[in-house]
Amino acid sequence: MSAQFSAADLHLRFGGVVALAGVSIDVERGEIFAIIGPNGAGKTSLLNAVCRLYRPQRGRITFEGRDISGLAPHRVAKLGIARTFQNIELFAGMSVLDNLMLGRHVHMRSGVLDDAIYWGRARAEEIRNREVVEDIIDFLEIEHIRRRVVGTLPYGLQKRVELGRALAVEPRLLLLDEPMAGMNLEEKEDMARFVLDINEERGVTVVLIEHDMGVVMDISSHVAVLDFGKKIAQGTPDQVRADPNVIKAYLGEESEAIRAAERAVAAEPVA
Amino acid sequence: MSDTLPRLLLRNAERWGDGRVALREKERGIWRETTWAAYLENVRRFALGLIQLGFERGDKLAIVGDNRPEWVVAELAAQALGGASVGLYQDAVAAELAFVIDHSDARIVVVEDQEQVDKLLEARSRIPRVKKIVYYDPRGLRSYARDTLLPFTDVQRLGDGVPTGRFAQELARGRAGDLALICYTSGTTGEPKGAMLTHENMTRMAGNLMSVDPVGERDEFVSFLPLAWIGEQMMSVAAALTVGFAVNFPEEPDTVQQNIREIGPHVMFAPPRIWENLLSTVQVKIEDSPWLKRRFYDLALKIGYERAARAFARARPGALGRVREAAADVLVLAPLKDSLGLSRLRRAYTGGAALGPDAFRFFHALGVNLKQIYGQTEIAGISVLHRDGEVKFETVGKPIPETEVRISDSGEIVSRSPSVFQGYYKNPEATAKSLRDGWLHSGDSGLIDEDGHLVVIDRMADVMTLADGSKFSPQYIENKLKFSPYVKEAVVVGQDRPFVGALVNIDMANVGKWAETRQITYTTYTDLAQKAQVYELVSRHVDRVNRELPRAAKIARFVLLHKELDPDDEELTRTRKVRRRFVEERYADLIAGLYGERAEILVETEVRYQTGKATVMRVPLRVHTMEHERVA
Repeated sequence: MSAQFSAADLHLRFGGVVALAGVSIDVERGEIFAIIGPNGAGKTSLLNAVCRLYRPQRGRITFEGRDISGLAPHRVAKLGIARTFQNIELFAGMSVLDNLMLGRHVHMRSGVLDDAIYWGRARAEEIRNREVVEDIIDFLEIEHIRRRVVGTLPYGLQKRVELGRALAVEPRLLLLDEPMAGMNLEEKEDMARFVLDINEERGVTVVLIEHDMGVVMDISSHVAVLDFGKKIAQGTPDQVRADPNVIKAYLGEESEAIRAAERAVAAEPVA
Repeated sequence: MSDTLPRLLLRNAERWGDGRVALREKERGIWRETTWAAYLENVRRFALGLIQLGFERGDKLAIVGDNRPEWVVAELAAQALGGASVGLYQDAVAAELAFVIDHSDARIVVVEDQEQVDKLLEARSRIPRVKKIVYYDPRGLRSYARDTLLPFTDVQRLGDGVPTGRFAQELARGRAGDLALICYTSGTTGEPKGAMLTHENMTRMAGNLMSVDPVGERDEFVSFLPLAWIGEQMMSVAAALTVGFAVNFPEEPDTVQQNIREIGPHVMFAPPRIWENLLSTVQVKIEDSPWLKRRFYDLALKIGYERAARAFARARPGALGRVREAAADVLVLAPLKDSLGLSRLRRAYTGGAALGPDAFRFFHALGVNLKQIYGQTEIAGISVLHRDGEVKFETVGKPIPETEVRISDSGEIVSRSPSVFQGYYKNPEATAKSLRDGWLHSGDSGLIDEDGHLVVIDRMADVMTLADGSKFSPQYIENKLKFSPYVKEAVVVGQDRPFVGALVNIDMANVGKWAETRQITYTTYTDLAQKAQVYELVSRHVDRVNRELPRAAKIARFVLLHKELDPDDEELTRTRKVRRRFVEERYADLIAGLYGERAEILVETEVRYQTGKATVMRVPLRVHTMEHERVA
């Protein structure tokens, strides 16, 4: 079976800094794919390259058999790829409802004039969009904050609203950049449940960056590990967990030295 | 004269058909209406579906979920077939659900969603008789391939295969004396007991209540308390069917406050904690508001308090008084009531436990006609209430028609009426204890005052005696403590001890806000509760409370608990009443510490996460000794 989404040999440089050095990933339809790696490994750069906020110098990105390497970001969204950001990027002064309605933008057809008169097609479209948004509000259990201004909401809820906006696009591929960062255990559990439900109930493929290894290992079917812009491992959670390269990347070189030292000490005869 | 509940539904559907709304539910942001005709149609189809599933006359149908039309539809469908409904609290843990379901012999359980299904599956070995679980919210249940599970609408579709005449036949066979519901009372002690109530019990109670406090057929009611609770059954089912007013179901538990505002109910019935919450919300918001607003609020409320006090004394206001009151109403009180959704409210009831006089006075100052009711599940909810214009804080009012209330020789409140229950399901010993010669024994001690009002003192078993022999009512003190927006729950102790002590739960939201504005940083509930400043805050309040208490009953020491008392830990009942015995046992070391010499007590506590993991924490709790109080 061919992958729903793949990035091949991506190279991304900012001046002298190499963010991605030949990274390739293949994501199958309907799976939850996690990208992990230490800080500065290039995880967010990879997501940004995928949705074309960054332009890689080399490499090819295909989505459902189509080359999207040259498309503008809003075209990528239209194809059915949505994302959330590590630091919430919502319109803080607008209500939850309005933020979600904005997520429907790619599906809106009526022009300025239609909308001004608000009759016929424009009205039907607005109602249809509102229905989709209300479905999402119900799905994410945020009825109680529908009319609240986003900026006044606690962090965990803002994260949920941002997820909602991505869902409003009705994506087939959802990119989540650290959806659980800064959350307490209970909020993480809720978020993990939402991600699983999105994947199962709505059939959306999910690519997520996450630091919480417990979550990653529990919910994802495949994991790719980045370090210094390179992919150093890929496989099922169990395979990745056992990979010596991954252990080294996470624990660092010194730990190797410490272990060697420990071995040396242990080998010394007791006087 | 009395009829069955589903036949009242039939009567209403014949009378109003599609012309009037019976139920309303907010869904996807819109209030969706069900007319009387559609209500009946839903019940009919579900009832016929139940027949297909093998439901028979005399069977029990267990129901668990938030307040939704499907809940009452399922209930009335079971009753239409001559069965009884058994309501369960939606936040009950698996073991509690399993106990009641199994004890009630229910073979079909109607649930809301995945959450409840998961609990039932978890406990399935303990509910062997259950053969079908019917759910009405399919989310997350797609992958559950089990033949025991089926959606609500599928049951209705099954019903379409049964000749419709069958429904009318079944309905005609019902008798007013048939069992309509079994209401399991969690009780502050021991295992739940299932109070059996007939259709007649329910309709007579509703009729008697409505004869004292009529509700119009065009009035609105918001149903937001658990339908497993007798109070909600009484209003949303019995009274709604008797009178024909509209019942509104909120979108989600979190949106109740907004939804009440949208509907603007004419009548409300809630236990004290809801009124206390409303009061705290107002107090906290006012404290956050600018100086000028605060001044206006204080001034208007003072006028409100005066008006309330005069109304209680049945005096008439002077001309100047009337002008002042009108101004206070227009400028502050009416808008405040409006923002709480209480503008159209003609009557509001509090019941289930005692509401402190301070909270009472507050709502009357706003101009809300809040009245105390008193009753037990075993008497279909209500037996005594305040009549309009005869509200007295310290009493619960007078018996409703057809109801006799007297005080037994031992000081216990006993009552007799056509609404007294048939006994506890499969529990003759308990029945014999509370039902003697037709009189219902409440277990509450009380007296009847010179105006014929009933005064409830406390649970008979709860009145405490200090070591020196002086008596006090812990509940009375606890209610005073809970008047503070910063105190969520309190348990007063002192039986056979030298002085009165208290375990106090702070209100995380309000104290948290208070701490934030004073730049006090905190992490968890435990951390916040143990801040010296928070102890100061609560101690100021305890000091105020002490000033109003008799010498012997003054609180000398208190501890702020490291965790909230929780029904999941069996510390509260599902209706959020403190299970005093249990708390005293569980916190025995802590209570002993209150009477010890140390300023700090080390408690061990097990914290259980949703994942099932548990860790044991050891936290030191400060003991605060009030100045000027006797600590001998």
